[in-house]
Amino acid sequence: MPVVSIREALNQAMDEEMARDERVFLMGEEVAQYNGAYKVSQGLLTKFGPKRIIDTPIAEAGFSGIGIGAAMVGLRPIVEFMTWNFSLVAFDQIVNNAAKMLSMSGGNFNVPIVFRGPGGAAHSLAATHSQALESLYAHFPGLKVVMPSNPRDAKGLLKTAIRDNNPVVFIESEMMYGEKGEIPEGEYTIPFGVGEVIKEGTDVTIVSWSRILQHIAVKAVGRLAEEGISVELIDPRTIKPMDWELIFNSVKKTNRLVIVEEGWPFSGVGAQISHEVNNHCFDYLDAPVERVTQEDVPLPYAHNLEIASLPNIQKVIRAVRKVMYLDS
Amino acid sequence: MNNILPLTKSVTTNLLGIAPKILLKWYDEMLLIRRFEEKCAQLYGMGKIGGFCHLYNGQEAIAAGSVGAITSDDYVITAYRDHGLAISKGVDPRRILAELLGKHTGTTKGKGGSMHLFDREKNFLGGHAIVGGHIPIGTGAAFASKYRGEKRVCLCFMGDGATNIGEFHESLNLAALWKLPVIYIIENNKYGMGTSVDRASAVDDLHKKAAAYNMRSAVIEDGHDVLKVYQTVKAAVDHARTTYEPSLLEVQTFRYRGHSMSDPIHGHYRTKEEVENQRKLDPLTVCARILKEAHLAADEYFESAEARIKTVVEECVQFTESSPEPLLEELYSDVYAD
Repeated sequence: MPVVSIREALNQAMDEEMARDERVFLMGEEVAQYNGAYKVSQGLLTKFGPKRIIDTPIAEAGFSGIGIGAAMVGLRPIVEFMTWNFSLVAFDQIVNNAAKMLSMSGGNFNVPIVFRGPGGAAHSLAATHSQALESLYAHFPGLKVVMPSNPRDAKGLLKTAIRDNNPVVFIESEMMYGEKGEIPEGEYTIPFGVGEVIKEGTDVTIVSWSRILQHIAVKAVGRLAEEGISVELIDPRTIKPMDWELIFNSVKKTNRLVIVEEGWPFSGVGAQISHEVNNHCFDYLDAPVERVTQEDVPLPYAHNLEIASLPNIQKVIRAVRKVMYLDS
Repeated sequence: MNNILPLTKSVTTNLLGIAPKILLKWYDEMLLIRRFEEKCAQLYGMGKIGGFCHLYNGQEAIAAGSVGAITSDDYVITAYRDHGLAISKGVDPRRILAELLGKHTGTTKGKGGSMHLFDREKNFLGGHAIVGGHIPIGTGAAFASKYRGEKRVCLCFMGDGATNIGEFHESLNLAALWKLPVIYIIENNKYGMGTSVDRASAVDDLHKKAAAYNMRSAVIEDGHDVLKVYQTVKAAVDHARTTYEPSLLEVQTFRYRGHSMSDPIHGHYRTKEEVENQRKLDPLTVCARILKEAHLAADEYFESAEARIKTVVEECVQFTESSPEPLLEELYSDVYAD
C-alpha cells in the first residue's frame, strides 16, 4: 500500500473528486498561486486552472457565503479556512445559512459544501490561533463534523465529505500534515458515523480523536500497557454523526471510560459522550466517566503554560488510574 | 415632496417600449401585494400570524419593476421584508399566506415563516432574517451562473441598514473583483427600524458606496414609479448579462407601515406628516396615472382590478384556513439531506 502524508492524502482526495465532478471547486486564502498556506492544495492550480482553484481575499464571511450560495444552486464548493480559528469571522454564514438552509427552506435548498482547514493548537500561537472548535460546530443541527487522525481516514473521509449533500465541517490537524501512513491503492471512501477500534483492550475504554489521539492517547496507552493495564482505544473519526454503538459496546466490555480531547471542558464533545454513555451503559459502569480536556482558560503563549493547559500523557494516565481506583 | 411629481413626457408617450399588457400586469401585481399585505396586517392583529412580520406597503414598485426586468431563470434573494418580492417572482400567494399561518401547505411547510420564504422552482432564494447575511449568498448564486457559463443574473435586494455591515462590503468587493453577474438593489426606505440613514451611515447617498469597489452604480429617486425602477434595473441586468459585471442600485422608497407589525406606523423616529406626505407618491396611484395618460386603462379597469385582486386574496385566506398544520413528524424532516 502507498505511504503518504496527511497533506498528500487530502490533496489526492480533492484532486480525485475534482476530476470526477466538474461542480467541485476549491476556494480560500492562498490556495492557488501560493499552493496553500499548508501546501494541501499543492499543484491543483496547475492541474485545474484558476476557474476551479480560486484565491480569495481575506474575507471569510464573504467567500463562505459565496460558497453557500453556489452550493444552493448546484455547485459543490470546498471552502478552505487557513485555520479554523478564522471560521469564527464566518460564523454567521456557517451557522445561520449553511446549517439551517435545508430545514428553514422546508427542503427547497440543500447546501452541499465542505468547510475544511487545520484546527487545534500548534506551538505558541496563543489564544486566538489555538482553538479546538469541534464541539462548537457539532452543537448545530444541520452540520456534520469530521476529524481524521491519519492519512487513510483523511483521504477517505474527505472524499465522502465532498460527495455529501450537506454542509460538512472538516477539521484537520495543523500539527499532523506531514505525518505519514499507509492508504489503500485506488479509489475508496470511508463512511461517516463509523468509528474504529485502534487497539483492543479489556480494562478501560479511551475515546479520542485527531491529534490528541495520535500524539497523546496512543502513547499513554503504550505506557499503561507496560503497567499491565489494557486499554481499548477508539477513534470515532466523525464527531457528528458519532458512532455510539461502537463506544457503548466497548464500555459494556471494559466497564470504564475516559474521553481525551483537545477542547475545553464546558459543553465539550466529551460531555456529550459522557451523557450518552451514562444513559445507555449505566449498569455496566464500574466508575464515573472521566474526561481529559484542555484547562478552562484561553490558551497562553508561554511554552510552560501552554503545555500545562493542554492534555498530556500524564493526565491521561492519571485519569485511567482513577477510573480503575488504582490511586488512593 | 408634497405633490405627485409630473411624469416626464418621454415616459408617458413611449412607455419605454413596454407592451401594454405588461404594464397592466405590473399594476395588478402591485395591487395584489398591497391587498395581500393589508390582509396580513389584519390576520396579524387577530393573532393568526406569529413572530415578526415585515410588510411591503409603499415599496411595491420596486418588486414589480425589478422582477419585471429579469426572466424566470434569474435568481432573486432578499432580506426579511420578502412577501412582495416573492409574489413578483411568481411564488404562489396562497402558499405564502399558508406559510405565514404556519400551515403544512406553506412555501416551507411551516418551517420558515414570514421572514424565510423560499421557492426553488421559481429561483427565489429567500427570505433571510440576519441583516446582510444573505448578500454573500446572492453573490454566490451569481458566481455559480458564471462558473457554468450561463447568462443568469441574481437580483440581491437589501434594506438601507444592510449597507453598514461587513458582509455587504465583502460581497461587493468580491463581485467586482471577480466580475459576478449580481445586481445589488438597496431598498432605501430611509429607516433601519427606527434609525434614520443619516444616523447609521457616514455616506447618505448609499449608491456611492459602490465607488469603493470600482463598481457601477445608479440611484432611482422615483422608487414609487415602476417604469423608472424597471428602466434602471433593466440596464444593469443587460450589462451583467453581457459583461458579467455587477452593479449597485439604490432605490429611494418609503414603507407605510412600521418596521414590523410590532412597531407603530411612525413612532418617535418619523412624523405622521412625513408618512402622509410620502403616501402622495404612492406606487399604485403613479402607475394608474401612467396607464390613464397613455389611454391604456380607464376607471372601469381599476375597479375591476380591485374586484379581481380581492378574490385572489380571499382565495389565499380560504386555502390557508382549510390547510392542515404541519405533521409533528415533520419536526425531524429536512435537517439533513440524503
